[in-house]
Amino acid sequence: MAKQPNDGKPKAPDNTGSEGIPAPEGPANLIDTDYVIGQDNITASPLGINVDLHGKVFLFSSLVILLFVIATLALQDQMEPIYNSVFSFLTTKLSWVFILGANVFVVLAIGLIFTPLAKVRIGGADATPDFGYLGWFAMLFAAGMGIGLMFYGVSEPLTHFGTAMSGTTMENGVRTDWAPLGAAAGDQAGAIDLSMAATIFHWGLHPWGAYAIVGLSLAIFAYNKGLPLTMRSIFYPILGERIWGWPGHVIDILAVFATLFGLTTSLGLGATQASAGLHYLFDVPDNNTTLILLIMGITVVALGSIMLGVDKGVQRLSQLNMLLALMLLVFVIAVGPTVMIAIGVFDNLLGYVQHLPALSMPFGREDANFSQGWTAFYWAWWIAWSPFVGMFIARVSRGRTVREFLISVLLVPSLASVVWMTAFGTTAIDQVVNQGITTVQDAALELQLFNMLEYLPLTQITSFIGIVLVIVFFVTSSDSGSLVIDSITAGGKVDAPKPQRIFWALIEGALAIALLLGGGLAALQTAALTTGLPFTLVLLVGCYGIVKGLMSEPRSN
Amino acid sequence: MFKKIMVPVDLAHLDVIEPSLKIVADQAKHYDAEVCYVGITAATPGSVARTPEEFTQKLEAFAQERAKVHGQPVSTHTIVSPDPIADLDNDLIEAIDKVGADLVVMPTHPPKHADVIMPSHGGKVATHTKASVFLVRPGASE
Repeated sequence: MAKQPNDGKPKAPDNTGSEGIPAPEGPANLIDTDYVIGQDNITASPLGINVDLHGKVFLFSSLVILLFVIATLALQDQMEPIYNSVFSFLTTKLSWVFILGANVFVVLAIGLIFTPLAKVRIGGADATPDFGYLGWFAMLFAAGMGIGLMFYGVSEPLTHFGTAMSGTTMENGVRTDWAPLGAAAGDQAGAIDLSMAATIFHWGLHPWGAYAIVGLSLAIFAYNKGLPLTMRSIFYPILGERIWGWPGHVIDILAVFATLFGLTTSLGLGATQASAGLHYLFDVPDNNTTLILLIMGITVVALGSIMLGVDKGVQRLSQLNMLLALMLLVFVIAVGPTVMIAIGVFDNLLGYVQHLPALSMPFGREDANFSQGWTAFYWAWWIAWSPFVGMFIARVSRGRTVREFLISVLLVPSLASVVWMTAFGTTAIDQVVNQGITTVQDAALELQLFNMLEYLPLTQITSFIGIVLVIVFFVTSSDSGSLVIDSITAGGKVDAPKPQRIFWALIEGALAIALLLGGGLAALQTAALTTGLPFTLVLLVGCYGIVKGLMSEPRSN
Repeated sequence: MFKKIMVPVDLAHLDVIEPSLKIVADQAKHYDAEVCYVGITAATPGSVARTPEEFTQKLEAFAQERAKVHGQPVSTHTIVSPDPIADLDNDLIEAIDKVGADLVVMPTHPPKHADVIMPSHGGKVATHTKASVFLVRPGASE
């Protein structure tokens, strides 16, 4: 069984051994393992390029993905129906797994806040935070949502509003409409309430619950237990030393797949929206050539950012992003229906709380299209993102207590989502309801943001900022994603040679192109769902690991 | 002439820096200089150490080992970076001023084409500091 040398009582690791492993900072409970990080790694210099990789994890994941890219590109016509059938199978038959799983993460994350375990400090009882609150939140938010906010900020509330207004339609006893819950046929106020509640549901506690659980587990097992910063470490309380063998490899490989496909879904959305926006604004042809050129161009910028590293590349771009996003948000609030937005924030929060139980119910849903096509897809997507965001959150959260961590990761970004979605959604709905503008509602999803901006002042400038935001979000996702995948495939090392990061950034671009050409967004979404499912199961088991891990930690006062 | 020699060390790849360590020992004795060994680590567990504190201990132990070899006074400086690979050059350049070194001795590889996109650490450091820099090519001390 699991090797738990510090049975029950926490102890500071002793410094007497020849290697002398000191306490992280103050009392903590390092796991006593003989495993040396990087011991299974292969180091070589093929063609003068240095590499330092976890052989099995790297080879297996990169080969499967290369095969996947080649197959998707070479057999486009054959692959598309496969994607579609897998997508519909997963969403119709197994959507409850995602919905139930996400509920478990939220309940556990909120529950932990109120237990004594919340007193545990990440990085040891005396550790101090590395980042200030403001910078910390900015990074959390940029990492967690990014492109999605641009893509769905206008389109999601508007879509739900439209479907809710149209009411329900039945065919052979099955609901064929896409409205959330019981819809709100003809009831304008009810439809607004429902559409905003449904949108916030998808961008609120649930995604952040999954991120919080993954981030917290990784942080505790790396900083307090001294295990490498990879997904397998969370399973130490369950698998013991076996995590260094194949069970661990499989977990890490799944994490690589989930991250890659979650990432490429975002990249696909981003490329589609940027291309549509460029067409809208500058009449650039909106076709596959533009998409490919965009993805290639953006990958090159991402490469530059990777070369500069976290501090000068990723962080600076994230800051630029947050600044631009904030400007756009303030602009929309100021020139949009300001009062309606201000009231809306509170109304929508209330509506969210009211509709939350019904929306998060995994079984017996009448609104199959909505709960499967929207909710289950989102949950799969967030869960696929969770190793990426979680690892990022873990790296910047040393020194926080579990309670601080959970409150900050759950509540603050959720509230920011509420404000963002309310501002963009309310403005768009206001255009439809009070100004009788229908073009926004009728436009393709990727164009709705730009259509909405057209009816606000300074259209050219704001639309341009919109495109820049999409592209920069794209770059920051790509570069930080490459860092995370590189670290997983290097056995938890964060100081592996640079060419590996470059490799992953190129793979991400190639994958996004392959999937877009080979099956469009449906292919991307299917890939995210397919990898999200096993990873949901992995995380559910991981929930046990984190509780075990926290219980063996000393608690600070 | 030189009072303090800064020596960046990679505890994970001691074999790579071995030749330059010999040169450091000779130089330190010749100038009767203090040697400051500088290491860079991430806050996350790595192959050398599981925490920055452990890293510092190992660096200190390494420096004491070297002191026995060359008999000159030694000191250490640990740099903790979120992204050691990317920040290495700039962190080293900052460290030169921080520890007050007037000579830096570090190993480097021979020039190669990839230097255009990924310049060598030694080259980058040498072009961005006022201190003297001694770059040791592989096989120099044989």
